[in-house]
Amino acid sequence: MDWEGVASRLFGDDHDIVADGDFLGGTATFDGATIAIVGTTNHAAVGVDLALRQARAVLATTGESPGRPLLLLVDTQGQKLRRRDELLGIHRAMAHLGCCLDLARRNGHPVIGLVYDQALSGGFITSGLMADACHALPEAEIRVMRVPAMARVTKLSEELLESLSLTNPVFAPGVANYVAMGGVRSLWDGDLAAGLRAALADRDTSDRRAEEGAQRGGRRVAADVIRRVLEA
Amino acid sequence: MTGMETLHFEFDGGRVLAPFEPALVGVVASGNLEVLVESAPGAACRVDVDTSARGFGAIWEAVLRDFHARHGIAGVTVSIHDMGATPAVVSLRLDQAMSAVWGAPP
Amino acid sequence: MNSASFAEMSARQRLAAIVDDRSFHEWLPPSDRVTSPHLAQLGVPAAFDDGVAIGRATLSGRAIFVAAQEGEFMGGGVGEVHGAKLVGLLRRALRDRPDAVVLLAESGGVRLHEANAGLIAVSEVMRALLDARAAGIATVMLIGGANGCFGGMGIVARCADTVVMSDIARHAMSGPEVIESSNGAGEFDSRDRALVWRTTGGKHRWLTGDCDVLVEDDPAAFRAAAIAALDVHRPMTLAALQQESMLLQWRTAIAGEGADAIELWTLLGVADARAVPDLDAAAVRVLRPAAVAPLANGGA
Repeated sequence: MDWEGVASRLFGDDHDIVADGDFLGGTATFDGATIAIVGTTNHAAVGVDLALRQARAVLATTGESPGRPLLLLVDTQGQKLRRRDELLGIHRAMAHLGCCLDLARRNGHPVIGLVYDQALSGGFITSGLMADACHALPEAEIRVMRVPAMARVTKLSEELLESLSLTNPVFAPGVANYVAMGGVRSLWDGDLAAGLRAALADRDTSDRRAEEGAQRGGRRVAADVIRRVLEA
Repeated sequence: MTGMETLHFEFDGGRVLAPFEPALVGVVASGNLEVLVESAPGAACRVDVDTSARGFGAIWEAVLRDFHARHGIAGVTVSIHDMGATPAVVSLRLDQAMSAVWGAPP
Repeated sequence: MNSASFAEMSARQRLAAIVDDRSFHEWLPPSDRVTSPHLAQLGVPAAFDDGVAIGRATLSGRAIFVAAQEGEFMGGGVGEVHGAKLVGLLRRALRDRPDAVVLLAESGGVRLHEANAGLIAVSEVMRALLDARAAGIATVMLIGGANGCFGGMGIVARCADTVVMSDIARHAMSGPEVIESSNGAGEFDSRDRALVWRTTGGKHRWLTGDCDVLVEDDPAAFRAAAIAALDVHRPMTLAALQQESMLLQWRTAIAGEGADAIELWTLLGVADARAVPDLDAAAVRVLRPAAVAPLANGGA
């Protein structure tokens, strides 16, 4: 589904979201309240400029609209792979965006992530993964890295990685898998508005992902290790 | 072909060490290994090896037998995670681990 | 004359050199065998500590929590257990309130051998770090390993109050090999070491304001910097983030499209930028323009 489709399913005509290049921004009315939308489209490669642009939009909401929910619409191929972006500190721009989202949360803004197409690696770490909780459409794809690049870096064969991607939750890119691992809170299937409504109603902003990964069985060890450190 | 090989060895004889804090030396990296030495009940010197370099069981036995003869210790468990270290590096790490047990600077 | 190299030390050696003598008490030590559940299926040996040592210690007599990532194990990559150890440490800091959490960071980011579990873990570390920072616990990153601090850990590290780098360290997102293999050597020649270091190295990050302290490749220097960082708090207020937003925009605009590091340093106000690659840390320290670090003295 493209972002226009998502917006239409969620808000009908009741929104002013526009795409400016790969950047998505705007507001919408949902259940009588205004929410802010910040995100990316076109499988955006997130570099310094796009990270800073998203951060500005988040800061504007935090500064001007107390309590307004933020919906992050995520479609990214990951970080931009350019020398210029490394020179200019893309890691810092991304940390800055993450801090802006974290501030919004601390200031009482619900921050909700929705992967509506793709989410990879760095582009995802400082968007959907910094939300109070991240959700996804059933057909979305979440990955760390594509198999050919992963094979080059790990020296594991593409054949092995491809077969693991089919059978092993740690490698499989399907969002249902991410739900089982606790990385994604829920899938919004069909009635997207119901998904957003439920997300807005959940006011517990603590990071529950390890616990949910254990409860759902997809990621059993992390919560136990965290508990052991607390009790050591 | 992926897959680890696990090897176990036990050596009899030697001086049972008084209980000591576990000691760890080395790092699991290509051509390297980590060695954890722990106090154990009983009078054996037990060695457990997990290695990604398969088919070298005879060499491990020889190196470890030499190690046991050199240090003459009992009442210990030695646990190894290996990533293709040479016998010389293995012997070095084993000796470093024993130095750590006895409190010498690594 | 101290000739020890921080970069050449193992994670555990660095940790011992940073904290007060023999003050380190380890949690989930190697003998607990809390290892990765994912590596055996790939034929890769586990590490008894999954590549990170965590625990409590003192630094100049003050209580800290500390973690040291072993860059030689899986490139310091964060897997499920490794990440959970860091999350546990940071969450425990919220409860036990040490003066600081000090992380000796050396990592390629997400451990690709654990893919999805590693990605989620890195994000959990980031959230936990920001929680500790917001609670007023000083968060300190010491970056001085040969492998640098990259990927998701590169982002996480810059979420801390203080980032200390040696002049030979690197802090970035993507390594030069990844960029070269995607976009060619013309984009980034990974074999050009001088280019790599002036693009992602400690001197560059210092001069452009992306790290907070620049030291020599020396454990004593890192220890002194960590002690000083115990009292550095940079609260992430709206005003602070708005200021950072403007700073980063200004810096990006100044650089234009094709700037190399030396040109960028000159534009930012560094005197005799060409000489920087040959200078030692002490000489580079005094060259930083005030404009790149308006919050250099920390906030209240």
